Amino acid sequence: MITKRIIPCLDVKNGRVVKGVNFEGLHDVSSPIELAEYYTKSGADELVFYDITASAEGRGLFTDILRETASRVFIPLTVGGGINTLDDFDRVLKCGADKVSVNSGAIRDPDLIRQAALRYGSQCVVLSADVKRVDGQFRVFGRGGRDDTGMEAIAWIKKCVDLGAGEIVVNSIDTDGVKGGFDLEMLDAVCHAVSVPVIASGGAGKVEDFTQLFQTLPGVDAGLAASVFHFGQIAIPDLKAELRKNGILVR
Amino acid sequence: MIAVIDYGVGNLFSLCRSLEAIGQEPVVTGDPALLRQADKLFLPGVGAFADAAAKLRQTGLDQVILEEAAKGKPLMGICLGMQLLFDESLEFGQYKGLGLIPGRVVPMEGVIPADYKIPHIGWNALHFPADKPRHKLLETVQDNECVYFVHSFYATDCNDAVIATTEYGAELTAAVARGNVMGCQFHPEKSGDVGLAILKTFCEGSW
Repeated sequence: MITKRIIPCLDVKNGRVVKGVNFEGLHDVSSPIELAEYYTKSGADELVFYDITASAEGRGLFTDILRETASRVFIPLTVGGGINTLDDFDRVLKCGADKVSVNSGAIRDPDLIRQAALRYGSQCVVLSADVKRVDGQFRVFGRGGRDDTGMEAIAWIKKCVDLGAGEIVVNSIDTDGVKGGFDLEMLDAVCHAVSVPVIASGGAGKVEDFTQLFQTLPGVDAGLAASVFHFGQIAIPDLKAELRKNGILVR
Repeated sequence: MIAVIDYGVGNLFSLCRSLEAIGQEPVVTGDPALLRQADKLFLPGVGAFADAAAKLRQTGLDQVILEEAAKGKPLMGICLGMQLLFDESLEFGQYKGLGLIPGRVVPMEGVIPADYKIPHIGWNALHFPADKPRHKLLETVQDNECVYFVHSFYATDCNDAVIATTEYGAELTAAVARGNVMGCQFHPEKSGDVGLAILKTFCEGSW
C-alpha cells in the first residue's frame, strides 16, 4: 500500500531560507541546499521550495539554488511562489523541479492550469489553495492570504482539478500558525470533493496532530509543515516512528 | 559510456544528476552514432505513450534501440520509458511499443478499487515474486523498501519478465527484466538512496 508522505516546506528569499533554523550538524542554517539534504537524510518524502522573492535577481538566485539542490537531493521537489506563466513552469522544471504549485497565478488566470497540464502532464501541476472561513463559507484567498477572492473554496478546487491540477495543497489560514492541529473539517470537505491527492497544510504543532490527521481522514495523502520542522519541535524520524506505531503506513 | 536517450520527451535533468551522483558521466543524446558507441542505454520518458512512441519512430531511434538491444547492450527504461519496452499500450487508443518485453500497458482505472486515487503517486513498497530468485538489478533493495511512483497505466501480461511488483489495490508491475533489457515503472532517480543503488547496480553490473 502507498505510504503517507511527510513534506517539509522551505521558504526561500534571495537564495536563503527565511525562517532561522538551528540543527546540530548544519553548518549554514539558512542554506536551502544544506537544509534540503538534512531533511532528505531525516526521511522527508518530498520537499517544497517556496520562492518568496519579489525581484528578478532573487528569482535568479532561487533557480540557482534549485538546480544545486536537485543535483544533490534525489526525492521529489515541488516549487511554488511566483508561478504566473508557462515560462515560469519551464524555468523551474528545467532546474530539476518535479512539480510546480500555483496559487495566485491560477486565481488570476485559471487557464494556466489547463495549459500547464496539457504541456507537462497533470502529475506536474499542483494547486495550492489558501482557504479561510468567511460568513460560514470556505473562501479562497489570494496574494499570500491577503485578498479575499470571494470564491467558494470547494467549487474553486473542483474547477482546478477539472482543468488538470493533479494534486491539491489545502492551506487553512484559520489553523495556520496556531499549532493546534490540522483543519480536519476543511480537509474532509476537500477530500470528499476531489479524487486527486490532497496535501494538508496549516496547523501542525506536534506529532499527534499528524497521527490524528491520517487516522481521521484516510483520504489525506500527505502532511506539509514548515516551522515545526525548522525549529526542531518535530523531528521527522520521531514523527514517522510514531505514525508507524499507530498503524499508519510511512516510508 | 552511459547514454541517456534524448528523443524530445520528458525532463532529463534529475536522471543525469542522479547518474553523476553515483560516479557516472552520462551523455544525453539522440545521435545514433553515439548511442551505438555507448556501453549502456537509458530510455527515460514522461507523458503520453502515443506521443513518445511516435517520437521514437520519427527520429528513427526505435530502430537504433532495437538493434543495440539485439546485440546485447544493456538497456534500462524508466517510467514511460519502461512502458515503451512492451508490445503495445492501450493508453487512449492502441499503440505499438518496442516489443522487447512481452506484455501490454493498460489503465489502472477499472482494475483497482474506485476509492484508490489515480494516478498512483507517492512512495510504495517493492515486493518480489516468491517463485524465483531475486533479480540482480534489485539485489540492494530490502524487503518492503519504498520507491517513488507516478503513473496511471501499468504493464500486465508480462509473464516471467516481472521482477518486482507493488500493491495498490491490485498487484502492479513495478520492474521487469528480460536478459539485457530492464525497466522500472518507478523513478529510481527520485527514490532516494534506494533508487540510486538500483541505478548503480545497473551501471556497474554486467548483463
